Amino acid sequence: MRKLLVLGLFTLMAGAIYAGGYRTSLQGQRSLAMGHAGVAVVNSAELVFFNPAGLVYLENKLNISTGAVGIISKGKYQNFGTNQEAETTNDTSVVPSFYASYALNEYFSVGLGVYAPYGSTISWEKDWAGSHLVNEISLAAIYINPTISLKLADVFSIGGGPIFAVGSVEFNRNRDRTLTDRNGIRSNVTIEDSGVTGVGYKAGFLFSPHEDIRFGVTYMSKIILEVEDGDATFSNFPDIAQIPNTSTFSAELPLPAEVTVGLAYQVTDKFLLALDFNRTLWSAYESLDLTFGDGIPASKNPRNYKNSSVYRLGLQYDPTEKITLRAGYYHDETPVRLDYFSPETPRPDANGYTGGITYNINDHFAIDASFLYLTFQETTASYNGYFENDVAAPFEGTYIANAFIPGIGITYKL
Amino acid sequence: MNNTLKYIALLVVGTHILISCDPEFENELDNRTPASSGKADFSKYVALGNSLTAGVADGTLYLDGQIASYPNIMAEQMEFAGGGEFKQPLISDNLGGLLINGQYNPLALPVRRVLRLTASNCSEGEETVSPSPVLVDGTPTTEATTVLPGSFNNMGVPGAKSFHLGLKGYGNPTGIGTTANPYYVRFASNPEASVIEDAIAQQPTFFTLWIGNNDILGYATSGGTGVNQTGNLDPRSYGGNDITDPNVFASSYSGYVEALTGIGAKGVLINLPDVTSIPFFTTVPNNALVLTAEQAAGLTSFFQVYAGIFAQGLVLQGLATPEQAQALAAQYAITFNEGPNRFLIDVPPSSTNPQGFRQMTNNELLLLTIDQCELRTQGYGSVVLTPEVLQVLGKIQQGGTPTAEEGLLVLNAVNSIDDKDVLDSAEIAEITTAKEAYNATIKGLAEAKGLAFLDADTLLKEVATTGIRVDGGIVTSEFVRGGGFSLDGVHLTPRGYALIANNIMRVTNETYDSKLTLVQPGTYKTITVE
Repeated sequence: MRKLLVLGLFTLMAGAIYAGGYRTSLQGQRSLAMGHAGVAVVNSAELVFFNPAGLVYLENKLNISTGAVGIISKGKYQNFGTNQEAETTNDTSVVPSFYASYALNEYFSVGLGVYAPYGSTISWEKDWAGSHLVNEISLAAIYINPTISLKLADVFSIGGGPIFAVGSVEFNRNRDRTLTDRNGIRSNVTIEDSGVTGVGYKAGFLFSPHEDIRFGVTYMSKIILEVEDGDATFSNFPDIAQIPNTSTFSAELPLPAEVTVGLAYQVTDKFLLALDFNRTLWSAYESLDLTFGDGIPASKNPRNYKNSSVYRLGLQYDPTEKITLRAGYYHDETPVRLDYFSPETPRPDANGYTGGITYNINDHFAIDASFLYLTFQETTASYNGYFENDVAAPFEGTYIANAFIPGIGITYKL
Repeated sequence: MNNTLKYIALLVVGTHILISCDPEFENELDNRTPASSGKADFSKYVALGNSLTAGVADGTLYLDGQIASYPNIMAEQMEFAGGGEFKQPLISDNLGGLLINGQYNPLALPVRRVLRLTASNCSEGEETVSPSPVLVDGTPTTEATTVLPGSFNNMGVPGAKSFHLGLKGYGNPTGIGTTANPYYVRFASNPEASVIEDAIAQQPTFFTLWIGNNDILGYATSGGTGVNQTGNLDPRSYGGNDITDPNVFASSYSGYVEALTGIGAKGVLINLPDVTSIPFFTTVPNNALVLTAEQAAGLTSFFQVYAGIFAQGLVLQGLATPEQAQALAAQYAITFNEGPNRFLIDVPPSSTNPQGFRQMTNNELLLLTIDQCELRTQGYGSVVLTPEVLQVLGKIQQGGTPTAEEGLLVLNAVNSIDDKDVLDSAEIAEITTAKEAYNATIKGLAEAKGLAFLDADTLLKEVATTGIRVDGGIVTSEFVRGGGFSLDGVHLTPRGYALIANNIMRVTNETYDSKLTLVQPGTYKTITVE
């Protein structure tokens, strides 16, 4: 029953944003507070996401970490050539996460994670300058991830498990830059589908060459969400176009693989330093190709993403028994090329500044608070993959965005 | 716990500060430093001209067309280079057209055209549905006699000829239908004002002048039924479809330029495009008489019979010797071939062509307004072969001799195209000669006054021949599909006007060292389809 409730919560999730492409770095309050570094940090059930190999080292038999972050974000566009400007509407969204682990014995733990590593929500002003590329998009993928964790030696463990992904997408854009119906309302297309599934896996190891040093590696596999017979709605098309109001669409959206390598160093009794490096294999996202039913022409949207890296640094400090303070920073390289920069995921290079606090209410319960302030570097770029009548019509402009993401969670230990 | 509270308070305060922090560009568009206007001053821009300046498209003046008029597109860009407010005498809706004292006359001031799937039963019993330009549903809501307060920067007056801009009383409501123009009535400062006076009164610092198109266009779109007034220096005696005398044009035009430069205004003179390359004249091909081998043979033998009857008639009436008759009749023994053939047109009867018709030549043009159904199915442009005519032909082929009535029946079966539906080579030559003379005046004045000059003639020739590549397409003069011309076949689309605006801004920048930014024509609409 409780599990159902959690899943219900996830389906209410409005999607999310932030990190290169549509990868979100929001998988747990404690790690998020440390620059979202945690592949070698053993301090909670968040390890189900960061490195399941570490679960077996948790002190307690049962560990639960659950919480949510709220996202308040703002993006802006301007172009000195065309004198056009636009803003994203001040959307707020919530991204929850749930992790649990249970130690069957000293050498073997099982875990379960439900989290959302991919998602994006953007709403530009309707019919803005780039409305032929996107008016609004909402994309979310929830990963349900049971894991096992095996201690092969005191200094070495492995872990992993299958991932069942459930995704949803809603995407609206105008048909092109000028087509309208007889009343001058822009012709637009909405595609929508939910309950799209895919399967992948996660695997990792943790190695402790010294009592104060841990070294971890995690691999999360690529999952391709294949939409078949989703709903396509064609609104405000002229009669002459003879396009049905509703039809179907098919598409493939890759959720790319990610490798994380990280180090944790217990500097003193009270200080922990964590360093993570992510490599996300975004080159899997070559093109978003939509095919429609009823003989409606397909839409090809080249993306040409490149693999990208994130560099993370986190600090943890325990001033008292009751309190743990955390801070961090990360630099997130964009996977988007400057000549294929679409306002559908306007994500330039970003810097994330994080902080957080844990308050231990008693031996069992703790409250975890976190915040992330994300600033995207001002970037002038162009999307050159758009054509009308076989002639390119690049969409150029300067983008900037930021996001403030506070989070709150509970940790339970038994 | 106290410490915890402190941390939480810090978090809350920090949250507040950061939430209220929207991202800021290093250089916000709103705070941009103005682009240079160079040696020009865009603070008061006034556009003078006709329907092309007003923003007429799809057969009328309507709101969206006005917003996409080339002067308005330019004014939007001038705003970032010291430009001031730009007011247009806006029509109140997107239906377009005008009421005169509450009356709607769809022939004179129609609503706009849209492309609509329309049924036609041109071939008998066979209904076909195809996209056709039709008048949009509804009636105009803009009253011509309601005078708008204030002055307007866009002084384009649809229908105005060169000499009209200086005509006092051109905006007098009592003169609608005779000496006044309902579009100017709407914004004339007083009933006795002239367009140029109202323009000068605004003390423009910058102007564009594109006038003279209608001095030849009316003649062209009426199929040359007007009078070529070259040599007649009194424009008051001209009809609407006449060609203006080039000296009348020159004196009117130079008067406007003198007046505008006299108050120190800088500006752009725009020359006149070749009207014969617009879709109004290039859409209906002159060789659309497509025949099978049998039909071609039938028509050829019809005209052999025709020539014979004609020659015989001349001889019988004693008007010519048999040899003379044969020579004169030979022009009517027209040969037709399988495939496309040129139509037959009316020409003034003469001693060399007494029957007053001939086959079209390569460069001659049919008008968009011609009845294409008649052309396709009723022998318009060739011969109406009634059963009676066929009977006579049969009789002759069997060696019989036709009676005088039967002969006349054959002669009258020829159904050549009326003068109003065609521009013949003589008419085209008149139009071209006048245009060249006007354009020489315009270029000469631009050079003499050091004004910027746009060669719209060459520009639109390029649109008509190779097309012009813009973002997201190639703009051509093809009717409906080309993107450059609206559904009346004469006026431009917003995309076409954007192309004009870009080129005027280009020559402005070149002449005055200004830094106006060009627009993306591909983001402007073409035609409206339903």
